[in-house]
Amino acid sequence: MISRSFTVLNPSGFHARPTKLFVQQASAFPCKITVSKNDKKVNGKSSLSMLTLGIEQNDVVTLEADGEQEEQALAELGQLLTKIFEE
Amino acid sequence: MANMITRVLTGVAASPGIAIAKAYRMQRAEFVPVKEKIGDAKSEQERLRTAVEEARVELGKIRELTEQRLGAAKAEIFEAHIMLLEDPDLIDAALEKIENEGVNAEYALYEVAQSFIDILSAMDNELLRERAADVRDVSGRVIGRLRGQTHTAVSDIVEETIVIADDLTPSDTAQLKPAYVKGFVTEIGSRTSHSAIMARSLEIPAIVGAGAETSEIRSGMTVILDAVEGRVLVNPSEEELEEYRRKKEAYERRRAELRRLAGLPTVSKDGHRVELAANIGSVDDLQKVLENGAEGIGLFRTEFLYMGRSSLPTEEEQYQIYKHVLEKMENKPVVIRTLDIGGDKELPYMKLPVESNPFLGLRAVRLCLSRQDLFRTQLRALLRASRFGQLKIMFPMIAVVEEWMEAKRLLEEEKQRLLQEGVEVSGRIEVGMMIEVPAAALASEMFAKEADFFSIGTNDLIQYTMAADRMNETVSYLYQPCHPTILRLIRMVIQAANKEGKWVGMCGEMAGDARAIPILLGMGLYEFSMSAGFILPAREFIMQTSRTEWAAYIDSLLAMRSQTEIEQFVQAKKGSASE
Repeated sequence: MISRSFTVLNPSGFHARPTKLFVQQASAFPCKITVSKNDKKVNGKSSLSMLTLGIEQNDVVTLEADGEQEEQALAELGQLLTKIFEE
Repeated sequence: MANMITRVLTGVAASPGIAIAKAYRMQRAEFVPVKEKIGDAKSEQERLRTAVEEARVELGKIRELTEQRLGAAKAEIFEAHIMLLEDPDLIDAALEKIENEGVNAEYALYEVAQSFIDILSAMDNELLRERAADVRDVSGRVIGRLRGQTHTAVSDIVEETIVIADDLTPSDTAQLKPAYVKGFVTEIGSRTSHSAIMARSLEIPAIVGAGAETSEIRSGMTVILDAVEGRVLVNPSEEELEEYRRKKEAYERRRAELRRLAGLPTVSKDGHRVELAANIGSVDDLQKVLENGAEGIGLFRTEFLYMGRSSLPTEEEQYQIYKHVLEKMENKPVVIRTLDIGGDKELPYMKLPVESNPFLGLRAVRLCLSRQDLFRTQLRALLRASRFGQLKIMFPMIAVVEEWMEAKRLLEEEKQRLLQEGVEVSGRIEVGMMIEVPAAALASEMFAKEADFFSIGTNDLIQYTMAADRMNETVSYLYQPCHPTILRLIRMVIQAANKEGKWVGMCGEMAGDARAIPILLGMGLYEFSMSAGFILPAREFIMQTSRTEWAAYIDSLLAMRSQTEIEQFVQAKKGSASE
């Protein structure tokens, strides 16, 4: 199991579209993905659960990957978390 | 009817327009499934899977219909709904609940969905609260299927109506037929609700958040929907109906006229081209900028990147935001003003010393030159973003040439550093300055040799010239944009720049002021930067007027004694021109 923290940069937070892309990408990995913010931990392959974290700009979230391809998952998903999305 | 008194409700005008029609009340009592013990979990799970599949097909159809009518972007919400059906924490969780607790599918899904609805509707973020409506919409659709019902459809409405509802789901709104549904009023909701966004793209007038009284509107009552003022008139009188028919007609004519101008360049009747640009404070403003046909961004106030947070924004954060704005503007000019903090804009985390006279103190470029670390960070972010569009960098509050030279030197230093690091930097970045300190206006001939452009910041230029705080009501009479003294300063600046072949813009409130535009046009201002909402009316005016004609009035205007005389003169000339 590996984990790393990221600061979300997208001005409008990490909601509908970013979450959708994140979950799509997360679901493509065989390993378990969890995302946590302020001690609340959810399944990174569920957009619904991701939304309940209410991730806003400048929030620090911790990404955790456990299992096959965990390194690659952490790198790719971490990039998404710090990306600025088109409106 | 006994009670024929007009009742007036107020709400948020979510999609502008005026409509008059009979009310159609949508009833949707929420169905709460009863918990039942079931014997065969496997077949109950199968029942849920089938209902989910049916709902998916139904949503696919709505998605397609929406895409045809409103385009792919608006159809995305239904893709999100379809995705919800695939969410492991929703349907899979309900399937597990059936198995573990031996309960019926309706109840299992309702319970799982409700736990998400509860969390989401309690969140601070408006957009997330809207997601609760999506979960309700989708789970309601599946539960309806389980009970052998198709979703209640507003698509069944086939007469002219104004729909009255507690709230409308995105799928309700997408299926509204503008031919019949002339508008809608909801009890709850906000400007950012999905139904509000859809209403704007369908161009159906809508008022949301009209409050509890909304539920007293019955089907068949006559309703006037004034989604310009945010008012709903129920059971209006004959006179009110007549008044609103006229307003509606005038509103629609005006809107169509302005709409035509969004994609056009701003050229006066005598062939003089100017640029109408927008002022923005954050990336959220971009949508409105594009909708209103701005020819560029004349002022991006970067201080908002520094506000509402607990530490300075990093170079990377700033870079991402500048890049985003430049890309969105697709190579149209984007003037980004470096940090203008101090004065009335404070940053608690910077712990700036309290000044007895902040407007005359350490602010804007003065502060940046004394805190070079934060200035250099911003300059690097700007330079790195420059290759994504037509960036112009502007320094605020320059008073003397030394400030200009120093700011330019720091910019050049950071540019050379980046180039050495192998970072690509655009070779065509214009660097200009704001003219807002009277000293700079008076020295504009000298500065015009130095800067690539000027942008006149009238808000400060007026208050510094008149020595009057415009926030202080007792002296606010001195805040006179069209005073001959101010106009003389502005003309001096424009003439000085034009002599050196440089362009001049204006980014204060005056640039969008209908009284001032003809004068500024006559004086040869090139770029007018204003709130996006003012652009189309300004373009309409300029396209119908002659610059040469206004240029000929300037000398006599500047010889006048007061703003009142000038305004009367302009008003009279505008009146005679439109006849």
